[in-house]
Amino acid sequence: MDQTAPEILLQVNNVEVIYDHVILVLKGVSLDLPKGRIVALLGANGAGKTTTLKAISNLLHAERGEVTKGAISYRGERVDCLSPNALVKRGVIQVMEGRHCFGHLTIEENLLTGAYTRGDGGRAVKRDLEMVYDYFPRLRERRDSQAGYTSGGEQQMCAIGRALMARPSTILLDEPSMGLAPQLVEEIFEIVSQLNQKEYVSFLLAEQNTNIALRYAHYGYILENGRVVMEGSAETLSSNEDVKEFYLGLSAAGRKSYRDVKHYKRRKRWLA
Amino acid sequence: MEGFLSDIFIAPFVSMWEYPVFLVEVLVGGLLVGVMYSLVALGFVLIFKASGVFNFAQGAMVLFAALFFAGFLEAGMPVWLALGASAVVMVALAIVTERVVLRPLVNQPPIVLFMATIGLTFFLDGFGQMIWGSDIKVIDIGIPKEPLEIHGVLINSFDIVAGVTAGLLVAGLALFFHYTKIGRALRAVADDHQAALSVGIPLQSIWVIVWSVAGLVALVAGIMWGSSLGVQFSLALVALKALPVLILGGFTSIPGAIVGGLIIGASEKIGEVYWGPALGGAIEDWHAYMIAMVFLLFRPQGLFGEKIIERV
Ligand SMILES: Nc1ncnc2c1ncn2[C@@H]1O[C@H](COP(=O)(O)OP(=O)(O)OP(=O)(O)O)[C@@H](O)[C@H]1O
Ligand SMILES: [Mg+2]
Repeated sequence: MDQTAPEILLQVNNVEVIYDHVILVLKGVSLDLPKGRIVALLGANGAGKTTTLKAISNLLHAERGEVTKGAISYRGERVDCLSPNALVKRGVIQVMEGRHCFGHLTIEENLLTGAYTRGDGGRAVKRDLEMVYDYFPRLRERRDSQAGYTSGGEQQMCAIGRALMARPSTILLDEPSMGLAPQLVEEIFEIVSQLNQKEYVSFLLAEQNTNIALRYAHYGYILENGRVVMEGSAETLSSNEDVKEFYLGLSAAGRKSYRDVKHYKRRKRWLA
Repeated sequence: MEGFLSDIFIAPFVSMWEYPVFLVEVLVGGLLVGVMYSLVALGFVLIFKASGVFNFAQGAMVLFAALFFAGFLEAGMPVWLALGASAVVMVALAIVTERVVLRPLVNQPPIVLFMATIGLTFFLDGFGQMIWGSDIKVIDIGIPKEPLEIHGVLINSFDIVAGVTAGLLVAGLALFFHYTKIGRALRAVADDHQAALSVGIPLQSIWVIVWSVAGLVALVAGIMWGSSLGVQFSLALVALKALPVLILGGFTSIPGAIVGGLIIGASEKIGEVYWGPALGGAIEDWHAYMIAMVFLLFRPQGLFGEKIIERV
């Protein structure tokens, strides 16, 4: 890794999110995504990972959620009030949790919808379509199948491929491992890593699967209850005893369940 | 009693058998009327698919469009200009509807949006008549009305023109939906709002486009119906005929709207001609609904209602 600190692409500063005017879900989350990096956002169910990503991509609005405090900027520009359309045009696109392919469209049509915001002509889009097919050969085979009838893995690839078609500089990738067999998860993370190195796409990656996320990410944040409780480089995090114990399921005393440990104890240690 | 049963169960079929040419005439006439039902139903389906709104105002839009078209003609515009001007009006209506009705109500439950379209219905009825008056208007754009004879079958040439126009419109829409970027985006929005938003498809412009297309379809339907019936309030009631078509065809299926319209149109005419006398006439008002209800029992999702793809 290079010595000079890379430019910070995306900066989330003390963001608070409220759903339905009353449900406070994010309680001041701050994080940075440096250019060309994969940053993991880790945490258990309901920690607020998806909410953080949606706050950035501005998909919260459709769910009656609202950023009530803090600031989000991309390449130094405030983007909290931009529509998802404007944000995609600036190079930030989200791959939603649960894949959300367009079920009645074919795989190829799905990929093409990703190019909706582009204005650089059919030939460039064609070329990128081939690029996506080269990364995901399985999508090429299934290009004419209705996405709704393809497998979960193929749908995840389709969702990532669709986002790539927007030619993004940053992808907000929400839980790509969800419901997939370990081997497939590995395959998908491998491709993510290649996209990061060869296409220079930066990733903000929300994952419950801490183990694999920390293997591929450069840096990580751990969210708990709408707050960042720990951050550090992937190596630091994966060698940290608490992370090992609570998120990687390893500890000196053998495997332990999350529930076995008293909550306050955990909290106290992390805040100290 | 015996006579009545025979009038219902025997006589119609005997008469169909004995005069097949007449049966064909009735059938073709019915199919061509059915095409017009399809047009109105199509407007419903487009809007329902793209925005999940059941647009009660579709019938009112037909009347509204026809009023403007007839009004422009009366004001001395040539046909092509009146057509263009009314198209502009319908697109403007779509833009205003999105701004004033849809955008403020986004994220509200469907029933709220449905009610908003009821409001829109009354507004369109009132506003159209305020501008153009409530007299019956005639649309005459020079479509011949004489019957044509093809292989001994008499067909109203106006019906043929209407049928062909509607057919072209539907074919054009199908091409638009399948082969253009906007068409693909419309289908994407129909499939998954959130995902469409996430790839940067702006929902609001999509809604404007869909309502514009529905408005243009209403314009064509209005011109056709208006030419044959005159432009009057009862045009808005044509929308009631679209309801059984929707039940039959499914609320989300474009082919369903088309085939449903044809089935309703044809069976309505056949019912009216062959069973009408025995049942005392005026059965066309209700028997389309009856067909639709019976159908509902067997296929609740409609003829072509999209199967909900459930896979994990
Ligand atoms: N639309 C909503 N309205 C109200 N509360 C919500 C909404 N969406 C999420 N929440 C709440 O916000 C909290 C955080 O949810 P979020 O989806 O961000 O968690 P997550 O970390 O992505 O979890 P998971 O790993 O299960 O996906 C949860 O307690 C959830 O109940
Ligand atoms: Mg989540």
